[in-house]
Amino acid sequence: MESPQTPDQQKRPDLRALFFGFSAVGLSGFGGVLPFARRMLVEEKRWMSADEFNTQLGLCQFLPGPNVINLAVLVGKRYQGVAGAVVAPVGLLAGPLLIVLLLALAYDRWGSLPLAQGMLRGIAAVGCGLLFATAWRMGMALKDKPYFLPFVALTVAAIAFFRWPMPLVMLAGLAASGAVAYWRLGKK
Amino acid sequence: MIVVQLFLEFVLLSFVAFGGATALLPEMHRVVVEHHHWLNDATFTHLYAIAQAAPGPNVLVVTLIGWEVAGLAGALAATLAMCLPMSVLIYLLIDRWEGFAGKRWQQAVSIGVAPLAVGLVFSGATLIAQAAGFGWAAWALVGAAVVANLRTRLHPLWFIAAGATLGLSGLI
Repeated sequence: MESPQTPDQQKRPDLRALFFGFSAVGLSGFGGVLPFARRMLVEEKRWMSADEFNTQLGLCQFLPGPNVINLAVLVGKRYQGVAGAVVAPVGLLAGPLLIVLLLALAYDRWGSLPLAQGMLRGIAAVGCGLLFATAWRMGMALKDKPYFLPFVALTVAAIAFFRWPMPLVMLAGLAASGAVAYWRLGKK
Repeated sequence: MIVVQLFLEFVLLSFVAFGGATALLPEMHRVVVEHHHWLNDATFTHLYAIAQAAPGPNVLVVTLIGWEVAGLAGALAATLAMCLPMSVLIYLLIDRWEGFAGKRWQQAVSIGVAPLAVGLVFSGATLIAQAAGFGWAAWALVGAAVVANLRTRLHPLWFIAAGATLGLSGLI
């Protein structure tokens, strides 16, 4: 059937493969596509090993911004340089972007109907629940809770209650929380 | 003019988007609804719901906000503003990443930012509830979604479908 390929050939996607590989990822995920990206890259296409994936994702998670888009940039760069770094994230976003814009058109036309408003309220309520659940899971995954849970509370107070501007809150919060983390790391 | 303003606001946000677009919900609401009055509470909530129901990365809620503020140009400007700065930075940094990954200051930043991200996502949830002005039925649905999501491994689409159905029936 298929001629056997050397690992090197298998591992060198061209621009087309990058575009469509990431398109499939973008279109398959609801509420976050990162798990789908991992499956495509590590298990299906084998463009990278699990270790390589973790290292690259490490940088994506270290920096702010949409993690999965940053990951696409890195994978694209690795195989096709600048062109790949543009094509991979564009592939990731193009399909979902089109869908979302079609939904926006539908919303502009029919969004004021009571039925549509009801439906969107229902989805918003469920989405709100999923956010609380995500926050809970992320909170439970924190290490050294006695030291870091207070920073969760402070962030909620500053952002949700006092409504302070987020860039300032994040700068101050990261300085304080990072200092505690730096100190705790020295204790180990 | 509004497109340029939108672009600059979202570029600024992209630098603090630890935890992705969901963590940005409170700040986007502050900028877009409270500060500039580009959108009202109801529209903001609806856009969040549409983004939930559509496939793709979470960042697309930004695209929707851009669209409602300034049409197609707004949608593209907001999306680009959110994605471009960090994409460029990460492109330049990856070759040095091996060098500083695992250093004490790098670990401290990663550990330090985690509780802030939790707080941001939690604030995002409270913000949606506030902006939507949930009544008791909606809060019951929120609670049910939390429990079901933490206790089962149901696909998120089932949650969206349940929310849409209950919403259509006029209960929420």
